Amino acid sequence: MYTISKNLKLTAIILMVVGAIGLIYGFINVPSSVEEVHEILAAQDDHGHGDVAHVDHAHDDEHAEHVFHQLQNKPWASIYTAALFFFLLSLGALAFYAIQIAAQAGWSPVLFRVMEGVAAYIFPGGVIVFVLLVLSSLHFNHLFIWMDADVVAHDEIIANKTGYLNVPFFLIRAAIFIGGWAFFYSRFRKNSLKLDEGFDLQLFKKMFKLSAVFLVFFIVTESIMSWDFIMSIDTHWFSTLFGWFVFASLFVSGITTIALVTLYLKSKGHLQEVNDSHIHDLAKFMFGISIFWEYLWFSQFLLIWYANIPEEAVYYVQRIEQYPLLFFGTFFLNFFLPLVILINTEFKRIPWIVSLAGIIILIGHYVNFYVMIMPGTVGESWSFGPAEIGSILLIGGLFLWVVFTALSKAPLVIKNYPLLKESKHFHY
Amino acid sequence: MASKVLNVFYTDDDILMEAVKKAQSKNYRIEEVFCPFPVHGLDKLLNVKPTRLAITSFLYGLVGISVALTMMNFIMIVDWPQNIGGKPSFSLIENLPSFIPTAFEMTVFFAAHLMVITFYMRSKLWPFKKAENPDPRTTDDHFLMQVNVGDNDIQEVAEFLHSTGAVEIDLKK
Repeated sequence: MYTISKNLKLTAIILMVVGAIGLIYGFINVPSSVEEVHEILAAQDDHGHGDVAHVDHAHDDEHAEHVFHQLQNKPWASIYTAALFFFLLSLGALAFYAIQIAAQAGWSPVLFRVMEGVAAYIFPGGVIVFVLLVLSSLHFNHLFIWMDADVVAHDEIIANKTGYLNVPFFLIRAAIFIGGWAFFYSRFRKNSLKLDEGFDLQLFKKMFKLSAVFLVFFIVTESIMSWDFIMSIDTHWFSTLFGWFVFASLFVSGITTIALVTLYLKSKGHLQEVNDSHIHDLAKFMFGISIFWEYLWFSQFLLIWYANIPEEAVYYVQRIEQYPLLFFGTFFLNFFLPLVILINTEFKRIPWIVSLAGIIILIGHYVNFYVMIMPGTVGESWSFGPAEIGSILLIGGLFLWVVFTALSKAPLVIKNYPLLKESKHFHY
Repeated sequence: MASKVLNVFYTDDDILMEAVKKAQSKNYRIEEVFCPFPVHGLDKLLNVKPTRLAITSFLYGLVGISVALTMMNFIMIVDWPQNIGGKPSFSLIENLPSFIPTAFEMTVFFAAHLMVITFYMRSKLWPFKKAENPDPRTTDDHFLMQVNVGDNDIQEVAEFLHSTGAVEIDLKK
């Protein structure tokens, strides 16, 4: 039985407290009126280019109001990005777990408890995301412009989409998706704990069927979720492979987290059954899905770049103009660096190299979410301030707390799973 | 006189692996092992050098991407610039995204085909080539280990190998 070390508990609490302070500071620091924004902009102008000719006043006011709304959105968007990233990451881990059971994989059963542990964040993470969506629909913020009746009234394109994009239907969908995933997680966990008590073939078959049903439910709901939670922020824009793109991102993040937690537990002397071949296989998945993500990233870009339809291209124009470093940075963090670090067979077995690649991948996919969410919510007013870093620390601390609490509640290796012996002898 | 070589047959890869280890512990020289399918770990046991095929594959990939970009540059930029969807057609770099799929496919094409051809040449395989394996059963369900008897007593070696689970032991002709 694993018990959380005091240091880890303390780290999680410190992260949460520091994160909460950062986020609250971010919320307090939001300018309270357009006049304040005027002052900020004037100060920026003084620093940047003081000798710029006087711009006409009406345009200035309009701009200041625009920036005011963006800055009001900023702390909300940053907590939403972090909450969604960690939530979807644990969903990715659950999908990976279900695939192992549905495929009756022989290599992975020693890692099942780690996967369950990472997936344990689905429930609290889902609640946080749902609360944020409810707050958005109550107009605490303007992350989703289609929720604003004023905007919809003056926008024909959005008006045409209201049959699908309306607040009640949106929240019902979100509740079904998040509730469904949490339900499947709790069933998996219950069956897995029950199997510890004694072998039961019926239970094994039940887990198999459950995972097959979950995977069908998952891929459909995940796709719709990606349109709802992320794509609808840029309400005019659409991409047909967006569901896959988000899936690749959350899947590789989930697998990477599984690998990092496994390596951490192993370094503390737990999980003796996990040998370097298991790590090797996880690293292969990290490597492979990173390339898969890049394939989709480029496919989405290429088709839109080539077709050059204005309402599609504007999505990339904004990202390349306002977020060039982050937009192209994801290419390096999520594809190029994992490629060169993990391509070597021997490197996939060395814990510190896999950890390094894993941390790069997690940072990269957070940035990927950031680049998906921020341009539509805060536009050019983005920055990495206390709100953004605080959100990551707050949610990350909670994630650590939940995951390791779940890990400490059951033995770190399942018992009585029919393929467990094969997994223990797994050797590449 | 060259020393005699025994053809020792096994019907299971695990038994074969154990037999190889036992024969090596007795310091018998294993000349070659023939298997119907790749046996994991056997190459390490027999100290077979790692293949250099992957390096050639990388080089062929480089050739492929160069050919693709040269070709696309000639066809689409130099020889007959075409205006497709208003994309910049007078510069390879500016039009690069549309050439990435071609470059990727050509890289794979060159790497795969040339690697297979290299593999055939390196293993001296060509059409109508006579099979080199000493017994046709090694392509079906038998594993064959060739053991050099050396200065040892042939009867003793054969009996020892039989004890490792061999189903048949012949003298190599």
